[in-house]
Amino acid sequence: MLTNIISIVTLLVFTTATYANPKIEHWLTENGVPVYFVAAPELPMVDIQIIFDAGGAQDAELSGQALLTNAILSEGAAGLDADQIAAGFDDLGARFGSSSQRDMAMLSLRSLTADSALEPALELFHKVLIKPDFPQASFDRLQKQVSLSLQAEKQSPSAIATRAFYSNLYGNHVYAGMPAGNEQSLQLITVDTLKIFYATHYVAEKATIVIVGALDKVKVKQIAQKLSANLAHGKPSIIAMVADLTAEKIVNITHPSSQTHIVMGQPAIKRGDKDYFALYVGNHILGGSGLVSRLSDELREKRGLTYSAYSYFRPMRQAGPYQLGLSTRNDQAQQALKVLRDTLVKFIEDGPSAEELIAAKQNITGGFALRVDSNSKIIGYLAMIGFYGLPLDYLDNFNEQVNAVTIEQINNAFSRRIHPDKMVTILVGGDAE
Amino acid sequence: MLNKFKTLIGLALLLPVIATANVTEFKLDNGLKLIVKEDHRAPIVVSQVWYKVGSSYEYNGITGISHILEHMMFKGTKNLKPKEFSQIIAANGGRQNAFTGRDYTAYFQTMEKDRLEVSFRLEAERMRNLVLNEDELVKEKEVVAEERRLRTDDNPQSLLREAFNAAAFVNSPYHHPIIGWMSDIEHYTVEDLSQWYQKWYAPNNATVVVAGAVDPEAVYQLAKKYFGPLKPETIAIVKPQIEIEQRGKRTIEVKAPAELPYFMMGWKVPVVKTVGQEYAWEPYALEMLAGILDGSNSARFARELVRGEEIAASMGAGYGLFSRLADLFIVAGTPAKGKTIDALQQAVMAQLEKVKMELVSEQELNRIKTQVVANAVYERDSVFYQAMQIGMLETVGLDWRLSDAYVENVQAVTAEQVMAVAKKYLIDDGLTIAELIPMPLEAKQPAMPAGDHHAH
Repeated sequence: MLTNIISIVTLLVFTTATYANPKIEHWLTENGVPVYFVAAPELPMVDIQIIFDAGGAQDAELSGQALLTNAILSEGAAGLDADQIAAGFDDLGARFGSSSQRDMAMLSLRSLTADSALEPALELFHKVLIKPDFPQASFDRLQKQVSLSLQAEKQSPSAIATRAFYSNLYGNHVYAGMPAGNEQSLQLITVDTLKIFYATHYVAEKATIVIVGALDKVKVKQIAQKLSANLAHGKPSIIAMVADLTAEKIVNITHPSSQTHIVMGQPAIKRGDKDYFALYVGNHILGGSGLVSRLSDELREKRGLTYSAYSYFRPMRQAGPYQLGLSTRNDQAQQALKVLRDTLVKFIEDGPSAEELIAAKQNITGGFALRVDSNSKIIGYLAMIGFYGLPLDYLDNFNEQVNAVTIEQINNAFSRRIHPDKMVTILVGGDAE
Repeated sequence: MLNKFKTLIGLALLLPVIATANVTEFKLDNGLKLIVKEDHRAPIVVSQVWYKVGSSYEYNGITGISHILEHMMFKGTKNLKPKEFSQIIAANGGRQNAFTGRDYTAYFQTMEKDRLEVSFRLEAERMRNLVLNEDELVKEKEVVAEERRLRTDDNPQSLLREAFNAAAFVNSPYHHPIIGWMSDIEHYTVEDLSQWYQKWYAPNNATVVVAGAVDPEAVYQLAKKYFGPLKPETIAIVKPQIEIEQRGKRTIEVKAPAELPYFMMGWKVPVVKTVGQEYAWEPYALEMLAGILDGSNSARFARELVRGEEIAASMGAGYGLFSRLADLFIVAGTPAKGKTIDALQQAVMAQLEKVKMELVSEQELNRIKTQVVANAVYERDSVFYQAMQIGMLETVGLDWRLSDAYVENVQAVTAEQVMAVAKKYLIDDGLTIAELIPMPLEAKQPAMPAGDHHAH
């Protein structure tokens, strides 16, 4: 689809945030699938997601099979072909979606709540979920499309940097590959591979259902029961621990771009980590708060070296990355990298000031309502809480946890967990002109 | 299954009617327009200040000046030090940003509902009291140059789009990019920006849109308090700059380091703002046409070109009916693996020919209409988006009520009208084609002299 034809130039990346405490209801379906539900009666619509522990981390040696499995489900099911399935949802004003990351693979449905729309939409959604046909012709086309997307990556310096970053961060771990796979693995995957992947991973023991919308609990129970009832049974998976990096590594990749993209970081924390709030609040000050962060101040405001400098934690089932980055004109790359490193090292050594910590807490807690001000945002939190098994009162206690963070905890957590002398640094760009 | 869907064709008529907009309009004595949309789902408020200025108000030599001025609006005022604006919003738990388009420049904050006053106080201050500092501008020109490299220069499809617009529009200001040409970015002076600011940043050239859990009367009182005292400006009359008539197909090529070919085709078309009363339905018929070609995964491009013929890897159609000046109906895409641009273009032309020769079926038409009705519900999940619709319409000189009338206007489109606009506008004499020619990606030198896997 054609987006961005009329581009809007934004000053920063859009960051919107939340609201006070949606009431989460939680239960298990008869075959043990956890359900998380928030009633949102205001608009006559509902969002439904079924999430499987079936992302790229389950790819084993065939990188890319999780993504292809996820993509092929709506290509044919219960005898309907891709055109019929697409038209089926469209005729109802419903939106079907599928996506596959490293941890999660997901099918989603957004529908109006009127029975005349919702019932047939659910029926179709159920078919796609339970009775996929894995058409060979669709597989051949999807395989070519993924191959083309791998080719497209090669013309994007940021995509090249991201792939190299994960590969160097994770080595032999399952997180090393990209969800889209690679050209070699892609050619080894067949329709049968996908059928086996589906049978192994799209099972009740690996499923989570999240629902937000204008339905009552009785109705939602019926929906969840129906969606989960025909799921096969299987085993939950285990993802290996991530090894710490032992030495610094710098990788230079040439690309004919006018800017050099720099990505730096290390494996850091998993969901539910006890240091999470100290690291989150600390990083907010260092590079997580847009224009007022230290990285933005040093690199953009004071020196005009980049449009955007950032840092963030991405907690996953096992240690997800801590990532810092920017892009700058090729001849400034070394200067910018030095400022990036120095700013990080100084933060770890000296920590935040009392004023910075107060400002960060005011920003995070004062904007809590913005985090949950729409069904879309609420279901994002439900997916995270459900899939990673976070406490049900995660949102209720969020501000309290943030406010409890001290300077000492930030200093302590950063010095124990973050190691600039053992980080991976990727530079993708051309030579200085 | 399919039969079952057929019985639902009339669904659009059965869908819930959404309560009317709940919008209140005010005007201050100094000409500032205030539009308040109540939405009490969450205790938050979105505040947006829209100025009637953007890249389409610019001329050669200073292109992109609206955009860099937007950056400089965060750099300090008579009563605020550089960065202080952002720090105050942050300390109040707010999220903020700004964006520049062809027809507008807008600034926004999203905050908990009782913090609206903070936003008004700061926005009123920078509406008339900006301080433009030479040293800050020197740095910000570098920042914008980096932004341009990131978004355009190092992105082959963006480069093509820029060249495409420059070829399709000769004298319309839609000719030049929002971010500006690099040589213009390098040569802005404080004086240029100061004049631009003086000319356009005034209460009588601004619309303030507030959406969220607020009381309209209370918002009005706050607006009077903060924006009320600001002096209006004599706002320049914008020259019409009506695009000259195109007399024949234009074709251009852009060579850039890339892996994948890509092309764009655009036809000159009217928009709601420019179309005559008699043809007021045309933009909605063009909108419907875009939906039929590429509205969703069941639309013709996805069904026939991506899946059926397997000739396109991706193929899109786009049309925006609410711009200030006459615009383009665009199709763009990348051929499937092993297929050529020429073959894909021919397949696209065959699809367009079909729309001109055969009436779209009722089922296809109703499918789009149903989606439009459903989207009108889904859009309400975002308070920000609702405010954005209002601000954009007002700022291009249309009535915000058009956003409510949109559903009705699309519903009224007939198959004959879709065929009529396809025949009238998708003609070679109004067509511009731009093609990306991929060049090898070999770089000259490594980013660092030491080569791969260098550790120290």
